[in-house]
Amino acid sequence: MHELPITQSLLDITLRHANAAGATRVTQIRVKIGQLSSVVDDSVQFYWNIIAKDTCAQDAELVFDRIPAVFHCAACGHSAALQKAEDYRCPECGSPDLVLDGGEELYIESIEVE
Amino acid sequence: MNIPVVEQILFANNTLAEDLRRKLDAAGVFGINVMASPGAGKTTVITGTVERLLNRLKIGYVDGDIATSIDAERIAALDVPVVQINTGGNCHLDANMLAPAVDKLPLDDIDLMIVENVGNLICPANFQLGTHINVLVASVPEGDDKPYKYPTMYRGVDVLILNKVDLLPYIPFDVERFKHGVRVLSPNLKTFEVSSLHGDGMDAWVDWLAEQVAGER
Repeated sequence: MHELPITQSLLDITLRHANAAGATRVTQIRVKIGQLSSVVDDSVQFYWNIIAKDTCAQDAELVFDRIPAVFHCAACGHSAALQKAEDYRCPECGSPDLVLDGGEELYIESIEVE
Repeated sequence: MNIPVVEQILFANNTLAEDLRRKLDAAGVFGINVMASPGAGKTTVITGTVERLLNRLKIGYVDGDIATSIDAERIAALDVPVVQINTGGNCHLDANMLAPAVDKLPLDDIDLMIVENVGNLICPANFQLGTHINVLVASVPEGDDKPYKYPTMYRGVDVLILNKVDLLPYIPFDVERFKHGVRVLSPNLKTFEVSSLHGDGMDAWVDWLAEQVAGER
């Protein structure tokens, strides 16, 4: 349920940028969500439908772009999404020596307004 | 018309957290945010920590709980200033909830502020509080798969306290599997193995913490 304050913040930022641009309607919001940020799209959409009501962004389409956490195997150089590495071992060579990168993103990339 | 935004969704919380950090720094207070699942032993770890540091440091305690002040009463019994935040059902603390609680603590008379977050392995991970370190208390009965199931929490903390190690002979818990998951998610994590109930390992954690506090003053 941490999605409620996240959705509120999403709305605040959207309205601030829409107002600054003199827009009357927000039609789309592109959100980048990393796999490790534990944010559920459906939950954000659910709260959005309630809290964005009667704002110029109430009909905006929320587009969620999910960014995977990626591992790099220090032993063989293989690289893939973290969920491919069962028990965090390289699926190619079995090495436990993995380095993680990304997946923690949580930001608004852009909004589409009229 | 397309407007590029590129703005952190939690920008407001992060800004408030930075304000809180400045306030703590100005008062020479070292802040720690203690997170864990319900029942991992947060309050017992904190009680043991406060008891061992009472003669060395002045401590303040903030308790975040959905309801009740059971935990706060346990710590208040040790005669340290306590502020209770009842989140009213909210699953985590954020900087906005913590700020008024910090104002109720006598910061000028405190060296170490311990914040006990709401028991939850998911939501608190997203919200920085402005404390100097984030501490995760994990416990043996939770199982060795927890780093793999809650990677966000394990990736975002500075210190891991593995609690209830006295139960290792009785519970199937593969320490190496647990540690491997932790190592991949958080290679530089400072780790302590303790039994907060019986006291094993607590001195190492408390001495390390006291060193960090000394560095802040």
